[in-house]
Amino acid sequence: MQIARVIGDVVATVKQPGLDGQKLLVLQPVTPDRQAVGRTLVAADATGAGVGEHVFFVRGREASFPFLPAEVPVDACIVGIVDHWNVEA
Amino acid sequence: MQIGRVVGTLVSTQKHRKLEGAKLLFVQPLALDDTPRGAPLLTIDSVGAGVGEKVLVVIEGRAAGEALRRKAAPVDAAIIGIIDRVDLHD
Repeated sequence: MQIARVIGDVVATVKQPGLDGQKLLVLQPVTPDRQAVGRTLVAADATGAGVGEHVFFVRGREASFPFLPAEVPVDACIVGIVDHWNVEA
Repeated sequence: MQIGRVVGTLVSTQKHRKLEGAKLLFVQPLALDDTPRGAPLLTIDSVGAGVGEKVLVVIEGRAAGEALRRKAAPVDAAIIGIIDRVDLHD
């Protein structure tokens, strides 16, 4: 998993039916020292996260697991909202 | 699998139910000469690792989910061993 900050949301009226009702958020991955790292991406949300929060997310096939048995065609999903973290230098 | 060092901990109250009770640790991947390689990953710990220890990490969903012993857990990285030593012969 990776940590990221939620920096926006995506609205799409026309979409694959499996995406109906899914909240889509724009993520900026960050390092543990809060520096932006890598490209921004769009992720589904399984936790009720909102803009400005730090979250962690999974990529790949596992990103659709929170929605089982529904088959949701996503490749990234927020699975936790971060309270705090501690990393030694 | 990759070798890394546990560099930190993360606390999350609100997370997917399949992750309840999971211990979340940051792991810095290492090259064989122990130099850091890439950005730290967030992993699930299945073996009781602690900060500072060198560990073996799987970065693949099925294996990581098995480490949690829960079916269809939405995780993609897990610590599956604490490394005593690495011997290279060449």
